[in-house]
Amino acid sequence: MNFNMPSLLPAYPEIFLLIMVSVVLVVDLFLPQRLRYITYALSQLTLLGCALLTVDVAFLTAGRITPTFGNMFVADLMGHALKLGAYIAVATTLVYSRAYLADRGLWKGEFFALVLFALMGMMVMISANHFLTLYLGLELLSLSLYALVALNRDSALSTEAAMKYFVLGALASGLLLYGMSMIYGATATLDISQVAKAIASANPNKIVLTFGLVFLVSGMAFKLGVVPFHMWIPDVYHGAPTAMTLMIGSAPKLAAFAMAMRLLVNGLLDLAVDWQQMLVILSVLSMAVGNLAAIAQTNIKRMLAYSTISHMGFMLLGLLAGVVNGNLLNAVDAYSAAMFYVVVYVLTTLGSFGMVMLLSRAGFEAENLDDFKGLNARNPWYAFIMLLLMFSLAGVPPTVGFYAKLSVLQPLLAAEMTWLAVVAVLFSLIGAFYYLRIVKLMYFDEPTDNALIEPSMDMSVLISVNGLAVLALGVMPQSLMALCYISIKSL
Amino acid sequence: MTSAPWLSLSIWIPILFGLAVLAFSDRHAAQVRQISLIGALLGLAASLPLYAGFNIQTSAMQFVEISTWIPRFNIHYHLGVDGISVLFILLNSFITVLVVLAGWESIKQRVAQYMAAFLIMSGLLNGVFAALDAMLFYVFFEATLIPMYLVIGVWGGPNRVYAAVKFFLYTLLGSLLMLVAFLYLFDKSGGSFAILDWHKLPLALTPQILLFAAFFLAFAVKVPMWPVHTWLPDAHVEAPTGGSAVLAAILLKLGAYGFIRFSLPVLPDASHALAGFMITLSLIAVVYIGLVAIAQTDMKKLIAYSSIAHMGFVTLGFFIFSAYGIEGALIQMVSHGFVSAAMFLCVGVMYDRMHSRNIADYGGVVNTMPKFASLMMLFAMANCGLPATSGFVGEFMVIMGALKHNFWIGFLAATTLIFGAAYTLWMYKRVIFGAVANDHVAALKDIGAREFLVLALLAIAVLGMGLYPLPLTEVMHASVNDLLKHVAASKL
Repeated sequence: MNFNMPSLLPAYPEIFLLIMVSVVLVVDLFLPQRLRYITYALSQLTLLGCALLTVDVAFLTAGRITPTFGNMFVADLMGHALKLGAYIAVATTLVYSRAYLADRGLWKGEFFALVLFALMGMMVMISANHFLTLYLGLELLSLSLYALVALNRDSALSTEAAMKYFVLGALASGLLLYGMSMIYGATATLDISQVAKAIASANPNKIVLTFGLVFLVSGMAFKLGVVPFHMWIPDVYHGAPTAMTLMIGSAPKLAAFAMAMRLLVNGLLDLAVDWQQMLVILSVLSMAVGNLAAIAQTNIKRMLAYSTISHMGFMLLGLLAGVVNGNLLNAVDAYSAAMFYVVVYVLTTLGSFGMVMLLSRAGFEAENLDDFKGLNARNPWYAFIMLLLMFSLAGVPPTVGFYAKLSVLQPLLAAEMTWLAVVAVLFSLIGAFYYLRIVKLMYFDEPTDNALIEPSMDMSVLISVNGLAVLALGVMPQSLMALCYISIKSL
Repeated sequence: MTSAPWLSLSIWIPILFGLAVLAFSDRHAAQVRQISLIGALLGLAASLPLYAGFNIQTSAMQFVEISTWIPRFNIHYHLGVDGISVLFILLNSFITVLVVLAGWESIKQRVAQYMAAFLIMSGLLNGVFAALDAMLFYVFFEATLIPMYLVIGVWGGPNRVYAAVKFFLYTLLGSLLMLVAFLYLFDKSGGSFAILDWHKLPLALTPQILLFAAFFLAFAVKVPMWPVHTWLPDAHVEAPTGGSAVLAAILLKLGAYGFIRFSLPVLPDASHALAGFMITLSLIAVVYIGLVAIAQTDMKKLIAYSSIAHMGFVTLGFFIFSAYGIEGALIQMVSHGFVSAAMFLCVGVMYDRMHSRNIADYGGVVNTMPKFASLMMLFAMANCGLPATSGFVGEFMVIMGALKHNFWIGFLAATTLIFGAAYTLWMYKRVIFGAVANDHVAALKDIGAREFLVLALLAIAVLGMGLYPLPLTEVMHASVNDLLKHVAASKL
C-alpha cells in the first residue's frame, strides 16, 4: 500500500491562514492592551497574504478546477472569487469595527482569532467538494460566530442573542446532517461530484433522495436566513454588538451562497425540478415577510435584518431559474446573477452597518432610526454616502443594486416565470418604502443629536470608498458582472 | 452636421456642474448661484446645435452616439434624437436656466444642494429623451426620481414628506413593471435592448396587451392620467417653485414621451385595441379634472389640476392616430412646458412676497404689481388656449383631429376651451383684479429685473410659438409620419 501525499497547492491560502491564526493567538498573549494594534495589523496582513496566495493559486492552476485531498477539497474560479470577496469583507469589517470595539472594551485578542477562524470556516465551505468538508467548514464558521455574538459578556441582550443563535443553529446543522445522511443512503457516497454521478447514472431511491433534499434545503435555508427559517436573524442582528452583526451579515453570505451552489448545483442538479419548487416558496415568503416586517421596525439593525431576509429571498430567484424543463441553457446566466446579487448585497451591507458604527460613539449606540435624523445637516458627505447605500438596497439606478435586481430578473423572464418577476418587483416596491424612510430622516428632518461625527481617518476613507463603489459599479457594472459570469461558467 | 457629441454634452455638462457645486458650503452661496447659472447656460448652449444642425427631411435618428456599455446584457450607451425628442431636450435645457434664475433669492437654505439637484436632474432628463437603448432610458428615467424626491422633501412646504414619498412610490410602482416589460421584450427580441429593434419585433396580441398594461402603469402615472393622478396635486403644492416648474414642464412629459417612444410603435395592435379606453380616460381628465380645477382655492393646486387636464389633451391626441392629433399633442406638450412653468413661477413670485397660495388672501394685485399682472395675464390667456398664444395651436389641432375621428369625442374635448377659461380667468380675476384686498397686498413690490427677465423669456416663447409655430412643426413632421407608419402596421 503506498501513500500519496496530496497536493497542497489548492489549499495554500487555508494553510497560511491557519498558521497565522495560531501566530496571532500566541503573539496576542504577550501584548499589553496599548499594543493591541499589533494584533490588528497582523490580522490585516494575514488577510493580505491570503489574498495574494489565492491569486497565486488561481494563476498556478490556470483557473482550472483542481481537486485535492482525495477530491474532498477543490480550488476553482468561483471559489477564488468568493474567497477574495470574503477577505475584502472581513478586512473592511475590521477597519469599521476598530473604534467601535475600543470604545466598548471589546478590543481583545479573542475577537481577531475568532474572526479569522470564522473566515477559515468560510473558505473551507467555499472550497468544499464533499459533504463532510462542507459540514466542517460550516461548523467552524458557526461556532466562531456564536462566540463572537457572546463576546460582550456583560450584555444580557448579546448573551440572549448568542443563545438563540446557538440553539437554532445547532438545530439547522442537525437538519443538514440528517439530509446528508439520507442522500448518502440513496447514493452511497458523500463526495459531491460522485453524488451527482450516482443520481445521473444509477437509479437511486427517489423517495429517500427527495426526503434528504428537503432536509438539506431546510438546513441551507437556515444558514441563508430565509423564511420560514429566519427567526434568528432579527434577534441576532439586533442583540449582537454592531461589529459582530456586520461580521455575521457580510462575508458569511458569500459562503452560504457557495454552499448552495456546491450542494444544489454541483451535487443535486438532476433534482433541480424538486428543489427549484422549494426555493420558489422560500423566496416568495422571504420577500413578503422581510419587506413587510421591515416597515414596522424602529431599530435600524432590526430593519436591516429584515431587509437581509428579503434580499436573500430575491437572490434565491436567481438560483431557481437555472434549469428550465431539464434544459441548462439558462443556468450560467441565472447562477452568475445570483452570485452578482450576493456580492453586491455584501458590499452594500458593509457600508450600511459601517454607517451605524460611524454614528455610534462611546456610550451611545446609533441603532434607532431616529438617530439618523438630520444627518444631512450634521454632515452632508456621510448623508450622501448613506443615501447611495439606501438607494442601492432599494434597487434604484444609477446604483449597483439596480443591476443586481436586473440581472436576477432577466433569467427569470427567460425561464418564462414572469409572474414571479412581477411578485418580486412588487415586493421590492414595498421595500423601497423603508429605505426611503432613512433618506427622509437624513434629509428632511432636523437633527436631534448634534454631537460631532469624527471617525478615524481610515474608517472615513473606507466608508467613502464603499459608498462610492456602489455608485461607480452602478455606472460601470460590467467588470463585476463579467467576473461572476466567468466564475460560474467555469464550474 | 458637426462631429461634436452634442447629446452627451447636453447630458453631462449639467450633471458635472451639479456635482461640482455640491462641494461648496452655504457660505459661498453667491458663487454657487453663479456656477450653477454657468452650468445651466452651457447645457443650453450644448443643446442648441441639436436644433441648428437638425435635418428636417429625415425621420432617422440624428446625432447618434453608440458605444458598448454592459456587454453582459448587450446594453449600449446609445443616444440619438428624432424630430420629437429634440424638442424636449431644448425645452428642458431652457427651463433649467429659468429654474436656476427663479431660485436665485427665494432659496436660502442649502443652496448648493438645491442647485445641484436641479442641474443633475436636468442632465438626467436630457438623457431620458436622448436614450435609444431601453435600459439606458430606464436608468435615466428612474434616476430622476432621486433628485426630485429630495427637492420636494427638503425645500417643500409643510406636508412635504407625505408628498415626496407618495411621488416616489407612485412612480416607482409603474416603472418597476415597465422594467419587467423591458426584460420580456429583451428576451423575445433575442437579447436586444435597442428601442428601434423593438419597433420591428413581431408580437402576438395577448403579450402586446399585457406589455401595454405594464407601460401604461409606468407612463400613465407620470403623465398623470386619471385615475392615477392623485400624487400630482400633492407634489405640486408641496414642492418649491422651481420643483413645481420642472415637474410640470418636463417630468410630466416623460410619461407622454414614453407613450410615443414605446407604447405606440412597439405595441401598435394593443394601442388600437385599447384606444377607446385611453380616449375615455383622457376625456375624463379633460372634463372632470377641468371641473375639479374650478373648485380649487389654492393657486398651485388649481394649476396642478389644469396640468392634468392639459395632459389629458395630449394623450387624447396620441390615441386618435392621426397626424393632426399627434402633432397637436406634441405642440401641446411643448406649449404646456412653457405655460405651466410660467404659471408656477408666477405663483412663486407672489408666494415669495406673501407666503400664501390661497386665492382668498389676494385681490387687487394689479394695483401694486402692474408689470407682473400684465405678464401673468398673457400666461393665463395661454393657459386657456387663446389664439396667438402657444396654448391655442396644440389644442386646436387636437380638437380638429378628434372631430374627424368622432364628433362627440371632439365635442367633449372642445369643452376644455370653456373649462380652461373658467378656472384660469376666474382665478386671475380674484387674485389680480378688484380692490386691494388687504394691507399685505397693498405693501407688495412689483417684480425686479431678474424676475422680469425670467417671465419675459417665457412670454416670448409663448407668443412666438403661438404666432409662428412652423419652426416647431417642421422639425417634428418627418418623425411623426414615421411614427404613424409604425402605428398603422400590424405586428400580428
